[in-house]
Amino acid sequence: MTVRVQTSDFDAGFEISQLRKARKDIGAVVSFIGLVRDLNDGDAVSQLTLEHYPGMTEKSLEVIIAQAKTRWRIIDALIIHRVGTLQPGDQIVLVLVSSAHRGDAFAACEFMMDYLKTEAPFWKKEATPDGEHWVEAKETDDEARERWNIKH
Amino acid sequence: MKIKLFYFARLKESLKYSTEDLELADSGEAWTVLKLKAFLAKRGDVWGQMLMGKLKVRAAINHELVHDNAPIADGDEVAFFPPVTGG
Repeated sequence: MTVRVQTSDFDAGFEISQLRKARKDIGAVVSFIGLVRDLNDGDAVSQLTLEHYPGMTEKSLEVIIAQAKTRWRIIDALIIHRVGTLQPGDQIVLVLVSSAHRGDAFAACEFMMDYLKTEAPFWKKEATPDGEHWVEAKETDDEARERWNIKH
Repeated sequence: MKIKLFYFARLKESLKYSTEDLELADSGEAWTVLKLKAFLAKRGDVWGQMLMGKLKVRAAINHELVHDNAPIADGDEVAFFPPVTGG
């Protein structure tokens, strides 16, 4: 189980190969990659800055992996989340889950992203033609998390 | 008792504070997140707006998300921030 918060980019192919390394019991690897879009809520976005709460961030990402492990048969999981200044088209987040069968990896990957969106302490600030502004949290993200009935 | 406070994102910018050490007086009544917010809100307009206004504020104690009624203990690390927007 790996959690990394970093300013640098990541290579999903490399991370998948690391996850699979020396194991023959993995039947499925599911990956999710989040990207910076150049348009959000009708505003052109020229730059995105991500702030986080060092210490709590890593801990909350570890908790999400631990929770996924109690709910599905996961062999391994990885979360990489970038912070700092990003441009449209840049990768923000990578979630990898390996399991014996695809059902567990698909479900766990989606669960982990829904949890991350609403519980992990990251904040996005967008640069638009009207200036910089903090991104507002979306109710649809809360609803997505509620599907999993997480107590909080 | 002494606590360490952190502010993030919009709160950090508006309050112009990222962290502070705070001494809380023992009033006989236990300190909670809500009591601390109300205490800090008395510092002035922007503090009231940020902590007790219309904006949603989330709190963490020792790196765990907590509700307004969570108790605060000596040595705790308390953080206030807007709803999260990562991913």
